Amino acid sequence: MGWLSTHGGDVWTLLLQHVWLAAVPLVIGLLVALPLGWAARRWRAAYPILVTTSGLLYTVPSLALFILMPLILGTRILDPINVVAAMTVYTVALLVRSVADGLGAVPEDVRAAATAMGYRGFRRLLAVDLPLAVPVLTAGLRVAAVSNVSIVSVASLIGVAQLGNLLTDGYNRAINGELITGIVACLLLALAFDWIIRGIGRALTPWTRA
Amino acid sequence: MIPTIWTWLTSAQNWVGSFGIGNRLAQHVGYSLLVVAIAAVIAIPLGLWVGHTGRGRWVVSATNAARAVPTLGLLFALALWVGPHIPGRAAFVVPSVIALVLLAIPPILAGTYAGVEAVDPAARDAAKGLGMTPRQVLARVELPCALPLLWSGLRSAVLQVIATATIAAYIGLGGLGRFLIDGLAQADYAQTAGGAILVCLLALVADGVLALVQRVVVSPGVSGRRRRRRGIILAPGKDMGHGNVAHTTRA
Repeated sequence: MGWLSTHGGDVWTLLLQHVWLAAVPLVIGLLVALPLGWAARRWRAAYPILVTTSGLLYTVPSLALFILMPLILGTRILDPINVVAAMTVYTVALLVRSVADGLGAVPEDVRAAATAMGYRGFRRLLAVDLPLAVPVLTAGLRVAAVSNVSIVSVASLIGVAQLGNLLTDGYNRAINGELITGIVACLLLALAFDWIIRGIGRALTPWTRA
Repeated sequence: MIPTIWTWLTSAQNWVGSFGIGNRLAQHVGYSLLVVAIAAVIAIPLGLWVGHTGRGRWVVSATNAARAVPTLGLLFALALWVGPHIPGRAAFVVPSVIALVLLAIPPILAGTYAGVEAVDPAARDAAKGLGMTPRQVLARVELPCALPLLWSGLRSAVLQVIATATIAAYIGLGGLGRFLIDGLAQADYAQTAGGAILVCLLALVADGVLALVQRVVVSPGVSGRRRRRRGIILAPGKDMGHGNVAHTTRA
């Protein structure tokens, strides 16, 4: 507690940076995964290809991906964009399967009823299929969010500032208070993400509480 | 940039000696095997027990929740608090191994438990009806049926360990991570990126090998492969392929 009382301002800055690095990829990742997951469901042949590719992307260790991103993007090694891009890759890899499975779990009779009521094509996807897939999507997003918060902290090893700096600096200078603050802040942030995503998921599916 | 990385990767002198790629690769594989073996010895019996008896489900939930602990923080905390109590060179290895084991347990435990939990109750009843003892039901029915999910938990643990062992180079562990961490410290991008490529390849090869082993160890009756080959239905359509329960946190 002693360490935190004198460094509150720094922690707050790093926390905001961490939120940004973990949340932006979550949003972009979802936006990319939605059409991909839909395609995986729409065309039978696309499913194994997309699921296998995302599985392979997911095997790439985080530190290695952070380091190799400048080669792929042509950015500088210290650019935070590398971290955002790498986290987006992981998020898409996780969510493509969630989207595909979520859309696949929509009962056929519900779909038939929607068609009978005049919903078709894109409108049925937006108004019927996607809302019904929300619980599966939320589960995928929660896993991705918790995992992102943990992985982002590794970026302190390549010099991109966020809560991981407290871990690295606390370890290097053997300051227990700083290390513990870093761990607790990451944990609380992961919980906050989890809580917010669960809340949004509930708000979007009022019928599950009826 | 890419030519210098290629030069680093292909120059013979970088491959030999105790600091060479050959030895670092052997260390990385060795530590990963050791860690996953220890974690499996703890997590598989525990997962089987929880799944078989239905008792102690909170253990699975608790280890799942513990995955929110940042891996980097766990490594540093153990290095700072456990390291000084261990004499000699082991002070660099033991904290890393403990951290890696702790990270490998949750996916294996969750996979094993979920696998046993998902066993068709009818199969379990049939086994009892045949006069099998609870132990036999576990060994001959539940374990083989749970194997696809157990194995996918194991695969995700292996990936997690290979990735985190790379980071553990920061607290003094050997292995391929040395090239990434030392390269960053020396601003030697060829070495850093070369090491990163090697780690990626190791992870891909390890996952590929485990996928092949899965085809051998999982009973064809469970995986459904025999069904396709003969064109008749031997097992009811239960797709238990590379499951998604265990693919959760990563380092």
